[in-house]
Amino acid sequence: MAKITYIEHDGTEHVIDVKNGLSVMEGAVKNNIPGIDADCGGACACATCHVYVDDAWKSKTGEKSAMEESMLDFAENVEENSRLSCQIKVSDAVDGLIVRMPESQH
Amino acid sequence: MSAAAHIVILGAGHAGGTAAALLRQYGHEGPITLIGDEPIPPYQRPPLSKAWLKGEADADSLALKPLEFYAEHNIDFRPSTTAVSLNRGAKTVALSDGSDVAYDALIIATGARAIALPIPGADLTGVMFLRTAADAEQLKATVGPGKTLAVVGGGYIGLEVAASGRALGAEVVVLERETRLLARVACETLSTFFKAYHEQHGVTFELGASVTGFVGENGRVTGVTLADGRTIACDAAVVGVGAAPNDEIARDAGLETARGVVVDIEARTSDPAIYAIGDVAHRPMPIYDRMFRMESVPNALEGAKQAASAIVGRPAPAGEVPWQWSDQYDLKLQIAGYAFDVDEILVRGDPASGKFAVFHLRGDLVQSVEAINSPPEFMMGKQLIGNRKPVSKQRLADPSISMKEVAA
Repeated sequence: MAKITYIEHDGTEHVIDVKNGLSVMEGAVKNNIPGIDADCGGACACATCHVYVDDAWKSKTGEKSAMEESMLDFAENVEENSRLSCQIKVSDAVDGLIVRMPESQH
Repeated sequence: MSAAAHIVILGAGHAGGTAAALLRQYGHEGPITLIGDEPIPPYQRPPLSKAWLKGEADADSLALKPLEFYAEHNIDFRPSTTAVSLNRGAKTVALSDGSDVAYDALIIATGARAIALPIPGADLTGVMFLRTAADAEQLKATVGPGKTLAVVGGGYIGLEVAASGRALGAEVVVLERETRLLARVACETLSTFFKAYHEQHGVTFELGASVTGFVGENGRVTGVTLADGRTIACDAAVVGVGAAPNDEIARDAGLETARGVVVDIEARTSDPAIYAIGDVAHRPMPIYDRMFRMESVPNALEGAKQAASAIVGRPAPAGEVPWQWSDQYDLKLQIAGYAFDVDEILVRGDPASGKFAVFHLRGDLVQSVEAINSPPEFMMGKQLIGNRKPVSKQRLADPSISMKEVAA
């Protein structure tokens, strides 16, 4: 279990306990948190679960795969700390993780 | 629609389930009733022919939301229930459990059903479809090492089942009526590529094969018979020859229908209190200047957004570029748009490398793109379809020029 803070673009915060093994995207979607669309359900096919990972957590959320890198390269408003949240697995190591959402996923 | 309005959603698939969740996300406070014919809450269907079939996803991960979500958000989810008839005058729906439910707004999200082959033996045990979690459960219990799976239909579902069947260790033979795979949905380059790729992974194909029936022993399928007299032995068969919209309830109630329930850009039917979304909707697609019916998750999500927005009085979502995806072996196929009014097909990259994209053009406008292991071509192609920006065909055909430069 990890406590994850999802912050919407307008600043609204949601603190959720997410089960290990789920992705950060699934933690948001299953709790009906707005701002992460995840159209493809986690297949790394759509880039609509884009989040910004707080700097302190960058090393703990793992490396981007070539596919993720490539999809992100064409998403909107991408920053150096952009990730696709379907590709970040939840474990004790990310307990306390903070992710922020872009203005839009489309 | 007032905040206290009762919204009834017929169909608890990807479209219906998403509409219920979005109505709450968008602040609707009135009662929501979600009626589904399956025993479980809304779930993702795409993994059924992919990750789930291979054991890489479980029932919990397929669910759109956990079961508690519906009660917690005051959504009256009624499983194993179907709508029998719709009374538009009284604004009520008669349900299969004998009750009536009254609505202020109704969303028809009844989806589509797999088309059955009207041939002898189609009712034998082991002749299956792949539409629902129960179908997938049955298929998974049947296929494995030492078994032969016959797949009737060489479309995307058939090919995904073939790939998963191989991953589970079964022998797989695909029977296709047309002379090439994906005949209705993709161009020849893609057909040829997928056939070769599946053959490399041990799948056998019978193209131009007209299936005349299934034969069995003790009520269980043992083979598929073909018009040329041959019988292909199998332990199980999956029929994937397309789907038909479940639009009878709308038709019977006098709503306008075509190839599905006709809706406007806000998903509203010819009755202003009734919406139709997902596989059952025949909807306008302005970038192609026509109306059609689509079967895809992005289409289900878009319809859910349109209907939920219209009901709560939010601005309509910005128009989308339709897209879909398919996973087979280590191939990721991403498709954007539909190949309407196309006068040229252009291949970017070398199919032999397993990484290429097929662009369908109308003049110098991109109408659709099919990208194999090529996210830049998909993402940029999707943008070009949406913004209708002309491209140089010469540059598009040259993989040494990046997609960003092509679109610049």
